[in-house]
Amino acid sequence: MAGTAVRGRLTWQTATVGSVVSETARVRTLSLSVPDWAGHRAGQHVDVRLTAEDGYQAERAYSIASAPGEPLSITVERLDDGEVSPYLTDEARAGDQMEVRGPIGGYFVWDALDGGPLLLLAGGSGIVPLRSMLRHRERLGSTVPVRLLYSSRSWADVIYRSELDQPSDGVAVIHTLTRQQPPGWTGYARRVDQRMISEVAWPVDAGPGAGPGAGPLAYACGPTSFVETVASALVAFGYQTRRIRTERFGASGQ
Amino acid sequence: MEPLENGVLDGNAIGGLMLEVFGTEMTAAVSTCGGCGAISQVAELAVYLPGLGTVVRCRHCDRVLMVFVRARGVTCVDLWGLASLA
Amino acid sequence: MSPISRGFHGRRREDAPGRVPPGQYVTRDFPVLSAGPTPHTALDRWTFSIEGGHEPKRWTWQEFQALPAETVTVDIHCVTRWSKLDTAWTGVSLDVLLEGVEHDAAYVLAVCDGGYTTNLPVADLTGGQAWVAFNYDGSPLRAEHGGPARLLVPHLYFWKSAKWVRALRLRDRDEPGFWENYGYHIYGDPWREQRYAGD
Repeated sequence: MAGTAVRGRLTWQTATVGSVVSETARVRTLSLSVPDWAGHRAGQHVDVRLTAEDGYQAERAYSIASAPGEPLSITVERLDDGEVSPYLTDEARAGDQMEVRGPIGGYFVWDALDGGPLLLLAGGSGIVPLRSMLRHRERLGSTVPVRLLYSSRSWADVIYRSELDQPSDGVAVIHTLTRQQPPGWTGYARRVDQRMISEVAWPVDAGPGAGPGAGPLAYACGPTSFVETVASALVAFGYQTRRIRTERFGASGQ
Repeated sequence: MEPLENGVLDGNAIGGLMLEVFGTEMTAAVSTCGGCGAISQVAELAVYLPGLGTVVRCRHCDRVLMVFVRARGVTCVDLWGLASLA
Repeated sequence: MSPISRGFHGRRREDAPGRVPPGQYVTRDFPVLSAGPTPHTALDRWTFSIEGGHEPKRWTWQEFQALPAETVTVDIHCVTRWSKLDTAWTGVSLDVLLEGVEHDAAYVLAVCDGGYTTNLPVADLTGGQAWVAFNYDGSPLRAEHGGPARLLVPHLYFWKSAKWVRALRLRDRDEPGFWENYGYHIYGDPWREQRYAGD
């Protein structure tokens, strides 16, 4: 069994699109059916490879949106000058085929044993791997406290909006809308900065006990500029770097 | 150590490439810079993707640690900049 | 055999016969592709040198700006398959820079801030084929695109147009630079599609 799982991770496997769901105007979630899919951990990604009729191939990495145990799905944001993302968001439909490799990642992952409290920080499409972690936590019935700080351009750009509007017990979701806010908005309306971090982050001594595994664990994901700002702010707030895990995406439309 | 510029990624982005090259998950592997001695997990290294290849640098001193170039189905791997990778 | 992804084309190849080399597509963007952090060299510390001749030559920024410069409009072709047409640059021709340099070298190695290198034949730098460019599209060349100054050799793949160039080292032998060492073509003619060694 273990041998098969490793082989599966190393090689490209055929994936068939099951459904395409619109999350926002630019973002779709695609469910993928992969025979012999060995499962994944929350936070991991897959490499997706497309092949054109003339043999031309292009590949990109996309975070897995589903929780371990759920059918595999990825969430893709359309980059206007992208080569792969516009195909996945605008063209792909049920029955289409592509290839995936993975799951990939052993650093930006969260399992229940990693504990918390958890501080999740998402910039734009950086929410995807963090949503997998949230769904995993819920499926496990975990009581690890979570604060999610999620930066988006506008309310219409918030991915998984309705899901995040009804968070599980113990999960607090704090939005910041950086460019446009709906009428009557009383939440944050600017890019993440030191002050916001100090207001939102778990205090450094939050959580049970002492020792190397204690204290809050932060996961920051999104465009490089977002992650750099957030990580620096957390360090300035007192977090140790080994309690901050980061995943940088290419510059998005943010 | 300057913040990474927009568009510069980290070692998470080469998880698949390293899986292909090393045959195993490497983003959590620990690297030691052959220049300044900085110890980082691969996921924390600076990754540049200029299209011609993949250049991985130490975040502290910018030294080139790894270069991957894929040409004609063959991947050329240069790890000279590392003191160690485990 | 990889399954075909229905409806996927990749970048569309433009039909501009004679203008676009084989395998290229035309872009209106100017992608920034870098192998490392952007160097920021202050103009009062910037120099450009030609080394390896009978006597080295060196210019400060002020001296460089006093040289005759010209504005040229050229097409540029990147080995990553994008081509950009009608790009306007202002720079000093290598004919001007090499004038009076006594040497019998056939090759140069371009050396740049940040450590990048690339190699070229001297014959491809002269005869109005190459410049050290400091303006792009009417404005000072931005650091992310190679400013204060970069090499511009449009008849070869654009990796040869080294950003942040600081010196040309004249050489007897063709010594591979950064990408050439990893398997990119030693010469790099886009019209013969010389992307990789052996092409």
